[in-house]
Amino acid sequence: MFEYIAKRLLLLVPVLLGVSLVIFLSIRLVPGDPAEALAGEFADEEYIAEIRRIYHLDKPIHIQYIMYMKRALKGDLGRSILSDLPVLKEVTTRFLNTLQLAFWAMLLATILGLLAGVISATRPYSKFDYSCMTGSLLGISMPSFWFGLMLMGFFSVYFKWLPAGGKGTAAHLVMPVLTLGLTGAGIVARMTRSTMLEIISSEYITTARSKGVSDGKVNYLHALKNALLPVITVVGLQSGYLLGGSVITESVFAWPGLGRYIVEAIKLRDYAAVQGSLLFFALTFAMVNMTVDLLYAFLNPRVRYGNSK
Amino acid sequence: MKKEKKKDQNEETTKEISLWKLSWNQLRKHKVALAGGIFVILFILIAITAPVISPYDPLKTDFQSALKAPSFVHLFGTDHFGRDVFSRIIYGARTSLLIGVFSVAIAAVGGILLGLVSGFFSGWIDSLIMRVMDVMLTFPRILLSILLIAIIGSGMGNIMLAVGLFAIPTYARLVRSMVLALRETEFVESARAVGGSNWRVMFQHIFPGTIGPVVVQSTFLTATSIRVASGLSFLGIGVPAPTPEWGSMLADARSYMAIAPHLLTIPGLSLMIVVLSFNLLGDGLRDALDPRQRK
Repeated sequence: MFEYIAKRLLLLVPVLLGVSLVIFLSIRLVPGDPAEALAGEFADEEYIAEIRRIYHLDKPIHIQYIMYMKRALKGDLGRSILSDLPVLKEVTTRFLNTLQLAFWAMLLATILGLLAGVISATRPYSKFDYSCMTGSLLGISMPSFWFGLMLMGFFSVYFKWLPAGGKGTAAHLVMPVLTLGLTGAGIVARMTRSTMLEIISSEYITTARSKGVSDGKVNYLHALKNALLPVITVVGLQSGYLLGGSVITESVFAWPGLGRYIVEAIKLRDYAAVQGSLLFFALTFAMVNMTVDLLYAFLNPRVRYGNSK
Repeated sequence: MKKEKKKDQNEETTKEISLWKLSWNQLRKHKVALAGGIFVILFILIAITAPVISPYDPLKTDFQSALKAPSFVHLFGTDHFGRDVFSRIIYGARTSLLIGVFSVAIAAVGGILLGLVSGFFSGWIDSLIMRVMDVMLTFPRILLSILLIAIIGSGMGNIMLAVGLFAIPTYARLVRSMVLALRETEFVESARAVGGSNWRVMFQHIFPGTIGPVVVQSTFLTATSIRVASGLSFLGIGVPAPTPEWGSMLADARSYMAIAPHLLTIPGLSLMIVVLSFNLLGDGLRDALDPRQRK
């Protein structure tokens, strides 16, 4: 097991290096000169050159990359050109905000999705099943930003119960979490239902039933336990997508997270900020994927003891 | 849904029926999917005939009658510039369909080619392609699209590219997995035995076997692409301003939520109906094209 974990951790290094290089190069392809943008409309050549020198924008691109990586390893992601604060600090604060949102959304998605999926699967083609599956399909098809805006229209504009945006109290969390979590719940519910149905019709379940094991025990001890494997994968992948989905949800509710930050930074051509936040995203996705794989290996002996691929 | 599928199977299997006919028969019994299909056709018709059926010019402003609620004059009311929302919704369908079709086409062509090559030749080229696809899949699509748009700028063509490019891995993986199975079949072996070149075997013998699932995948991806593209427009980095687009209509509606709620409900509902219809049709097609469902 330790060997497996070490192997996976080592694999992270080339992936992150590759990602950082791609990010670095693609950011440099963005049209527009950040030094000119920073200097302002009426700056003279000298001032622009000065800025270029301060931010090392005058060096060849591979030197810039090596310098960037050297500093990044020491935890220095540069300064945001616009706010003049260290990027690492800005990105971590915002990242924690995003994480907070994603955590509650994930919790909602998992609990609601699992419940709906299990109940639907144990009563297939019942009224509950149909309404659950219709609901989850609606959840998947509904554009999250529209759903968020509708919530806002009802709860903030019409009833004035909840704050329309920003961060602070628990009330600020309600609508963003619902927006982000319900879509995820739909996906988890559908996945749980289909795997459960597949397992319920398998032979070992029939065996268990014919031995006289009670329905509840069969459903929850035998079937659910085995259905959890693929569901964990979906939940794990979902948490990655939740972080991505946060881009839109955060923009709707003016939530000060990393997703909204990155959109703003791209619009304003803040190199250091975009690079830093993308690296953070990449690291998070890689970690999430790895955790899911490890969890999978931990729960599934076939992966653990078989070929450690 | 399941119950209906059991009926009149016997006649079908004895007669000689093409795959498509069989699938159509299958789909016809799937009422919900059929409804989805009808809505998809309706959506396409509206998009094509937009200039004929829209009552007003979708770009014509009229500040005298701005933010009017739905009435007989303006079926869906007017927006903050006094533009007719009904006409803008109709033209918005056109924008969405264009983006949906072209981005899926980009993704399909790229993904099918990569998947075929990857699965057929194996070896280092397979590893290379699949690792790149894996890295692409690590990031959420919308984030990659935003990054690409930051580089190449917004505009219709660029949106199609930004949305389509990052759907390539989905196709590549799907096609590759099918090629791996088809490569070992006897008909491929016999095609090789009679001297078929690699490319001939790949396109004439293996590719047709992947069409079914590719069609299903395309239906789902059209839904996703339309949604992602409208999300980009909502963020203000998608289709540029005066062009009617449902996502940017929703972004505009934010400022008038309290006084003109119709600006919020109508474009969102249109978007949802379209995405839902494609998803339902996709579900139905998947069941219809799956041979296991027929036995």
